[in-house]
Amino acid sequence: MSARDPSRSIRGRTPARIGDRIFVAVCAIAAALPLVALVYLVLQLLIAAAPRIGWSFIVGQPALDAHGSGILPALAGSVTLVALTALIALPVGLAAGIYLAEYAHATRLTRWTERNIAHLAAVPSVVYGLVGLVVFVRTIGFGRSLLAGAATLALTVLPKMVITTRDAMRRVPRALRQASYALGATRWRTIRHVVLPMAMPTIIERAALSVARAIGEASPLLVVGALGYGVAETRGAVSGSSSDSFTALPVQVWAWLTAPDQRYVANAAAGMIVLLVLMLLVSALGVYLRRRMTRAHEG
Amino acid sequence: MASADDTSSKASDRRHLAVVTPAPKELRDEPSEQPASGGEQQPKFSARELNAWFGAQHVLENITLDIASDEVTAIIGPSGCGKSTFIRCLNRMHELEPDARVSGEVLFDGETIYAPTVDPTLLRRRIGMVFQRANPFPAMSIRDNVLAGRRLTGRLRRGEADEIVETALREAALWSEVDYRLGHSSAGLSGGQQQRLCIARALAMQPEVLLMDEPCAALDPVATARLEDLIHSLKGNYTIVIVTHNMQQAARVSSQTAFFLDGALVEYQETDRLFTSPEDPRTEDYLTGKFG
Repeated sequence: MSARDPSRSIRGRTPARIGDRIFVAVCAIAAALPLVALVYLVLQLLIAAAPRIGWSFIVGQPALDAHGSGILPALAGSVTLVALTALIALPVGLAAGIYLAEYAHATRLTRWTERNIAHLAAVPSVVYGLVGLVVFVRTIGFGRSLLAGAATLALTVLPKMVITTRDAMRRVPRALRQASYALGATRWRTIRHVVLPMAMPTIIERAALSVARAIGEASPLLVVGALGYGVAETRGAVSGSSSDSFTALPVQVWAWLTAPDQRYVANAAAGMIVLLVLMLLVSALGVYLRRRMTRAHEG
Repeated sequence: MASADDTSSKASDRRHLAVVTPAPKELRDEPSEQPASGGEQQPKFSARELNAWFGAQHVLENITLDIASDEVTAIIGPSGCGKSTFIRCLNRMHELEPDARVSGEVLFDGETIYAPTVDPTLLRRRIGMVFQRANPFPAMSIRDNVLAGRRLTGRLRRGEADEIVETALREAALWSEVDYRLGHSSAGLSGGQQQRLCIARALAMQPEVLLMDEPCAALDPVATARLEDLIHSLKGNYTIVIVTHNMQQAARVSSQTAFFLDGALVEYQETDRLFTSPEDPRTEDYLTGKFG
């Protein structure tokens, strides 16, 4: 072998710098932190809920007696809210997203609109509750009904739904639209049969996620008049009877938490578990639908 | 320059594009429209003083040329010379780009395609297009890809699907490679197969013309050779316009060749003559590899 500069040997091991190691450690801790917090919270909840959680709690009716109290009406209310919210928000969100992605010209008005839709996604949900109270409960006259609650929740998820739809449609490759146009398809047919089917799995999955988060919200529902059993009884200050009202899981949990009687705390914890499971199921449904739709493409 | 002697627009049997939606169902089923043979055949396309822009960028300047019916015409030239834009003006795809503009005239079977009464979607149903990169619909099976055009234009009748699929795939020389997996995704096909699937998809519309925009740009030599064989088998039945920057390919497949440079038509000849004795020195420079 010819003489080589030994300092250029490729053998050996570059020592890891202490700075690198600290950086990696900090990142790892940061990544673990939310997980630890979540596990801790769920454990705490489970411990607190242990005395109450069970089948009889899920199918039971609420009662003044904390131990005999169940959560069925609130669960039914939340499940109905999920369905109604999706039913209202999905078509409107799809239509608006399609319009922005495919039809709106890139004018200043369009850009202004899109920016403000993005801002709307960040508006606190209690503000939507107030809008819902004025528009749906009073002006349109839905009253303190599930419909008013669902319409209000739909408002809170709508901005995200619009932006998700728009982005998913814009991500569909231009080459596929071109293929469709070159075959002589009209714009609407291209959107309906080429672009939308490709964007749909993403849209459905994100929509489910948004709805799952929305049903965890108590504040907009409280504003439009949802009642937790126990509140009406203990405070007796709500105008009107509770019969024209409705209830939902977060509202019921809130009612139990704010009840003066400490024995309701276990009920609140159990209610939170039920709520968490419901949210998880809704987002899982979204993932399932996306997978099924994508697999249908490959079949 | 382009020969432009026959611009007769009086061919008695030409079909009318000037129909706005809804599409007449029988648009394709009128009696065959071959002009009476004997005299000069009417060109399939006649471009007259055609100009095209992207915003302020002038990409095609005063193109005047005729494209013969049922022959293969090649458009060659260096990148950015406007050759792709030219064929996109023939099926009105150019105007789909933002800020795109066209002036001048294009006659298709003697009928002007830029008239306000022409519906571009009806025009495109008679003019198939194949793109640089194969673009089968990834969400559809092989079979559904072939039928996509028929479905997208609402022209798939009950019971005719199987026949359309087989005919188009046979014509595109793909049938024997996919007949046992028609229900599978097109994503499992090789690049060359995908490109032939796109040709089958175009053929299923029973077009009169196939526009090919560098169809072999993303293919290996073997797949390229198969595609060229396919072009040979299709010529005679279809008017084919192929854009290519591969000069050998143009020489192999075409009967006429147009050389574009910087948005202008430099020379338009029979392919043999253009490659053996070009008239314009710029053509010769390009063919001998002095630029481009």
